[in-house]
This record gives sequence, C-alpha cells and structure tokens, in this order.
Amino acid sequence: MQDFLLIFRREHTGPQSVLSPEQLQAMMKPWQDWLGSIAAQNKLVAAGNRLAHEGNVIRPNNVITNGPYVEIKEAIGGYSIIKAESLEEATELSKGCPILMVGGSVEVRTIIAM
Amino acid sequence: MQEKELIPHLFRTEYSKIVAVLCKLFGIGYMSVAEDIASDTFLIAAETWGLKGLPENPTAWLYKVSRNKAIDFLRRHQLYKEKIEPHIKNDAASAEDNTIINLSAQNIQDSQLQMMFAICHPSITTEAQIGLSLNILCGFGAEEIADAFLSNKETIYKRLQRAKEKLRTEKVAIELPPPHEINNRMNAVLTTLYLLFSEGYYSSSQNTTLRKDLCVEAMRLTLMLVDNGPTNTPAANALLSLMCFHASRFDARLNSNGDIILYEDQDENLWNTELIDKGKFYLSQSSHGQQVSRYHLEAAIAFWHTQKKDTEEKWENILQLYNRLLQTHYSPIAALNRTYALSKANGKAAAITEAEKLQQLKDNHLYHVLLGNLYTGVDTNKATAHFQIAVQLAKTAADKAVINKSMEKIRAEQQ
Repeated sequence: MQDFLLIFRREHTGPQSVLSPEQLQAMMKPWQDWLGSIAAQNKLVAAGNRLAHEGNVIRPNNVITNGPYVEIKEAIGGYSIIKAESLEEATELSKGCPILMVGGSVEVRTIIAM
Repeated sequence: MQEKELIPHLFRTEYSKIVAVLCKLFGIGYMSVAEDIASDTFLIAAETWGLKGLPENPTAWLYKVSRNKAIDFLRRHQLYKEKIEPHIKNDAASAEDNTIINLSAQNIQDSQLQMMFAICHPSITTEAQIGLSLNILCGFGAEEIADAFLSNKETIYKRLQRAKEKLRTEKVAIELPPPHEINNRMNAVLTTLYLLFSEGYYSSSQNTTLRKDLCVEAMRLTLMLVDNGPTNTPAANALLSLMCFHASRFDARLNSNGDIILYEDQDENLWNTELIDKGKFYLSQSSHGQQVSRYHLEAAIAFWHTQKKDTEEKWENILQLYNRLLQTHYSPIAALNRTYALSKANGKAAAITEAEKLQQLKDNHLYHVLLGNLYTGVDTNKATAHFQIAVQLAKTAADKAVINKSMEKIRAEQQ
C-alpha cells in the first residue's frame, strides 16, 4: 500500500466560483458519503482539509502576490490523503469525488517519504 | 439474604475495594499480597459465619479482619517502618487505627480510581489491561475471565501474572496522573472500559449472566470516572452514554435460550427506558468542549437506534455519524453498519455498489450477511448464495442459527 495525495481544484473565477451557504450545505452530504465510502474500504489516511480562498504566494526576492490565481483558472480548494495498491487504484477511488459534479478536478499524486 | 448467597455477593462488591485500598497502601509491587489478604478474609468469613452465624454488619466485619491481616503483614515486613511507625509517632494512634488502613467510602473510591490508572498503564498490553481490570477492579477470577475471553484459565492466569510483574518492575505509581497528563492517560482508561463493555456485549460466550456482569462492571467503573472532578471529561460522559444506550437493549437482544435477536426483530417494550434516559442525560453532559471523540459519535449512533421507527432523518443521521466515525476510527463492524445505514438512507442499489467494494471483509461472515440482506428482494439467488457463504464462515452455532433463519425467511417469501 502506498499513500496518495488527492488535490481538489475548482474554477475560482466566473459565475460558478462562489457557493452560497445553501449550496455549501448541500455539498456536505456527497462529500461525507464519498469520504465515508473510502474510509469504509479502510483506504482513507486523512480526510484532509478545505482551503480558504485567499492566500499569498512568495517568489524569489520576496515578491509576494495574493493568490496563485493570476495565471491559472483553477485553484486548490482542498486535499485528502488515501492509500491504495497502485496509482490506478487511487485514481479509481477518486472517480466519485463530488468536486467533479461542480466542474472541478482531482489530481492524484503518489506521496514519497522525505 | 442467606449466608450462602451473601458471601458471593459481598465478594463481588467488597473484594476489589479491599484489594484497591491495601494495594494503594502497600505499593504496586505488593498487589498479590493485597489479593491474598482479601481472599483469606473471605475464607475466614465463610468458615466463621458458617459456624457462628452472620455478624451484625458483615461488611464491617470483613473490613476489620482484612485490616488486622494487613497490620500483621506490615509488622512482619519492613513496610511497617515506612507506613505505620510515622503515624504512631505523630498521632499517638494505635496501628489498628482506621486512619492508617482506611476503608472509608471516600478512600475506597479514591484508591479504585487510582488503581484504574495504574492498571491502564502504557507499559502493559491492552489485553492485559482488560484482564487486570476484571481481576483487580471487579474481583473476577481467572476462570471467569477465561470464560469471557473464550480462553483457558492457565493462559489468563499467566497473562495476569506477567502484567502484575511488569507493573512492579516499572514501579508504576498508584495515583491520578498530573493534570497535564490526565487527558492522555484517560484515553487508555476509556479504551479499556470500552473494550471491557464490548467484551460483555458482543462476546460469543454462552454465559449470559457473566456477560451482563462485564457490562455492569464497565459501567460502574465509567460512572466512577464521571463522578470524580478531574476525570469527569466530555469523552467519559459520551462513553457512559453509549454504554447506557446499548445496555438498554440487553434484555431485548437475547431470547431465553441466549440466542441473538436482531435489532429489527426486537420487542422494543423490552428496551429499558430508564437506561435510555440516562444515556440521553450523559450524552447532553458530554457536549461541553470542542472535542468530538469516537465515543461521542458512537453514543449519537446508539441514540438514534433507540428510535425504533424508520425515518429519513434517523438513517441520514446514522449514515453521517458512521461516515465521520470511519474517517478517524476504521473498524470492520463500522464499515458494515455504515453500508447498512446507506441502504436505508440512499437506497439498496447504492448500498450494494458500496458493499461490493468492501473486499477486505470477504472472509467476515457478517459481510456476507449484509450482502444477503441487501440482495433480499432484489436478487434472491445472490442473496441465498451470500447467506450460504456466511453460514460456512460463521464460527459459532448461535451465529449460524441466525443466518439460517434469514435464509428460511427468503425461502418462505419465494413460495
């Protein structure tokens, strides 16, 4: 078994970018059901966290920009860690992720110990 | 109460108190001495009471005899210098004075609480912690413990001896941990009490009286934590709440032959409403603070199970609680129960898809019972096939009987 980081990305501009409290509430169930499904298979390492919209990016010479959003359309909204036998299996487990229902994406990356 | 019943009754209630107080006084290295003195006391009681009849106050009699025996031991031992002489000098009191070997209600409770922390010390295994708790805190003999664990007396005896030896060499102190350590050490104590209760509740032992005793003892010890300021934590209250909710169904879940009656078939009139109310009380007591422990989640699940009526709200809540529980505390039974809740909340089709993913449980008979139930009314052949695998995998006759009943049910419905 290997650990994999799932990175959830979603569009941060445009009409779909800001969710109302009701929409957020409605998203809770699919997320919990999906995490619960992975956990029931004993393949969840950490449910992870959501990330706030605002953030800073530090570049060489202490150049600070607010947010990584200048060049790319999608921003990281959260992450989880799962375990699986292979990248294929981890990818398979990610297919039910609710981020896909709102036009987002999941990036699956193998975690390598430091 | 007649003398014949009285001695076993007093043994159950008083033996562990005497052991805790004496052990606290002598130090952890003298646990066996404390046990011997308590045992001897009961032996003398059986002889004397048989000849002369019952004393006026049997408990006080037991305390007096054990106190004298403890003093005899101390006199023959260098501990006398350490434990007794300073008191005699200071108070000009006699060694027989109650203040030295103090069997007051308060000191009994303090000693038992401190013993609980000593026994649940990280230096010994969880299994040994449960065994020692039963032995030292509940007065169970090796034979009873073996019966509960479906093991043999010799194995249990050896396990207990090794654990006691370990506590002695580690010089584990019999005291409450300092405030900054209490939460950490509480976790170990709560785990042991949780497992002790589960052992009684889920054990395959046919001895139902013993199993009930295990649950009652686990509840008594948890209540002791809740009744004491520093150990009255939200998690302890949540655990007690969970135990009350489960215990409320104790009489409804077994028939007169000791066979298991499934939740759906239980007569809810047999549920103990007093315990359900207590469960609700401790659940509300547990809601202080920020931390949501596994006991909070399990107590909330157990609460929803006290509502017999199937509602959307009930099963959606149970599903979400299992989702959260599994994210931090995976267990096969939680994975199976979560999938059952999913069938009630999201429908059978969704649950079947999810159940088929739980390949890690394919050697567990309960996994096939779940699939058998999910396929019932959907695909009778598949349902039967899963029930058949389940019967083969089930280890006890009681489990096999329950599965055969489910199979007969679908056969009858088919005709």
